[in-house]
Amino acid sequence: MAGSGVVTVYGNGAITETTKQSPFSVKVGLAQMLRGGVIMDVVTPEQARVAEEAGACAVMALERVPADIRAQGGVARMSDPQLIKEIKQAVTIPVMAKARIGHFVEAQILEAIGIDYVDESEVLTLADDENHINKHNFRIPFVCGCRHLRGAPHRPKGEAGTGNIIEAVRHVRSVMGDIRVLRNMDDDEVFTFAKKIQAPYDLVMQTKQLGRLPVVHFAAGGVATPADAALMMQLGCDGVFVGSGVFKSGDPARRARAIVQAVTHYSDPEVLAEVSCGLGEAMVGINLNDDKVERYANRSE
Amino acid sequence: MAIGVLALQGSFNEHIAALKRVGVKGEQIRKPEQLQNVSALIIPGGESTTMAKLAEYHNLFPALREFVKMGKPVWGTCAGLIFLADKAIGQKTGGQELIGGLNCTVHRNFFGSQIQSFEAEISVPEIVAKEGGPPSFRGVFIRAPGILEVGPEVQVLAEVPVPSDKAAKSDPAVENVEENAASEQKVIVAVKQGNLLATAFHPELTADTRWHSYFLKMLTEINQEASSSTSLSSEDLSFSEPPKYDLPIFQQ
Repeated sequence: MAGSGVVTVYGNGAITETTKQSPFSVKVGLAQMLRGGVIMDVVTPEQARVAEEAGACAVMALERVPADIRAQGGVARMSDPQLIKEIKQAVTIPVMAKARIGHFVEAQILEAIGIDYVDESEVLTLADDENHINKHNFRIPFVCGCRHLRGAPHRPKGEAGTGNIIEAVRHVRSVMGDIRVLRNMDDDEVFTFAKKIQAPYDLVMQTKQLGRLPVVHFAAGGVATPADAALMMQLGCDGVFVGSGVFKSGDPARRARAIVQAVTHYSDPEVLAEVSCGLGEAMVGINLNDDKVERYANRSE
Repeated sequence: MAIGVLALQGSFNEHIAALKRVGVKGEQIRKPEQLQNVSALIIPGGESTTMAKLAEYHNLFPALREFVKMGKPVWGTCAGLIFLADKAIGQKTGGQELIGGLNCTVHRNFFGSQIQSFEAEISVPEIVAKEGGPPSFRGVFIRAPGILEVGPEVQVLAEVPVPSDKAAKSDPAVENVEENAASEQKVIVAVKQGNLLATAFHPELTADTRWHSYFLKMLTEINQEASSSTSLSSEDLSFSEPPKYDLPIFQQ
């Protein structure tokens, strides 16, 4: 159980006798509960409180926000568990934390301290450039990044910490476009398509039947204004991650609140106009055509 | 009239999809004036803190309280249960606004965080009596609340056993109870009081629609009492609009 310090795979000590591990419905269920919400990156318990007050539906506990990771460089790792625990104490909303790609021990630690969601994130430095974490070994659910339609992605990768929405828009368009292509495909063609995108056939088939991803789809990377958030929602995302966009701006509390409102009322331009007024300075932003910018989204598939 | 689903945040799409499966149109409610167009309301699961904040920003609370007071059927799942309760414990610092009306005390995140989320077959005699079907219902509990106390006018519809280590931790009153008794301890997870229905689990996430049809019957009963001839089956169901794709629901 949480806090005992012992990490056991396949859910030893599950609450009900009927299920030894967390069923898929419970894992996906939490993501479904987060739909239509905003998940904010926070680095201190105080920021977590600001996010909660603003109406964030979850917080992502980090050591540094992506914008700082960009600015300072170095190896970015999982946050200090102590910090994550403090943030968890401070708020009642779900707390997520990032683990490096392929670093399953970091994920085990996060599971042990009772985090609600693990983000296997390309923003942190890679631990394994070929393999991802085997999520079936864990009872906690995972989020992971995607650029195209593949496997079971949760989060289209924008360029984190840039304040530039272009990459996120491109990836969401790419995912949605692929789904539209897939929906018009003959069933026989799906085999080849699944092979081409290296995704399990049954998931691809399920996506085709549903006409949408069989998982919850959150936009991330570069969301800095309420309009950015509403844009991602109108493109068909289920919710939005906001990283550096809130706490790197002039008035975090106000901006956080405005983005939360924009996600709920994403299709109502009048409300969007109202909440976008007088938010103070937005984060500076980075133009991605600049050669010096490292592209995090290219780090893994 | 259609059934409203509070669409601030959370699993409102799932509820609308479930309503569609039982043949009723769900209407998304985001603003106070939209409440006038619906005869019943579902408050979905989600983050109750977030939903309370959003409801506060858009001044929804007075309208929601009025809606409850008028005796129109309201059903809360998970976060919605917290909204309807008169008293909630385990809230964020500074508390949160509630609609109230349901005479009970709710413990937020009673079962703990995501790692303690679970699925259980719960026995639902009242639902079976009205709706038939198998004797148990597959309840999905996600960071779910639990109902600690209910008033005399509240009807208990379902309970689940409390995990024994949890009982001692969450409720200081039962600390000294022997281990055997503690493992027998149950927590209430579904209640009904007049026209208010509340569940701590998420019937919208599973394929079984008995809770949804049960809720619709509450509405029909009111309509009959008011001797109005409008029944839900005569509802205009235009399915001509393009189908809305949604997440899969989980079969048994």
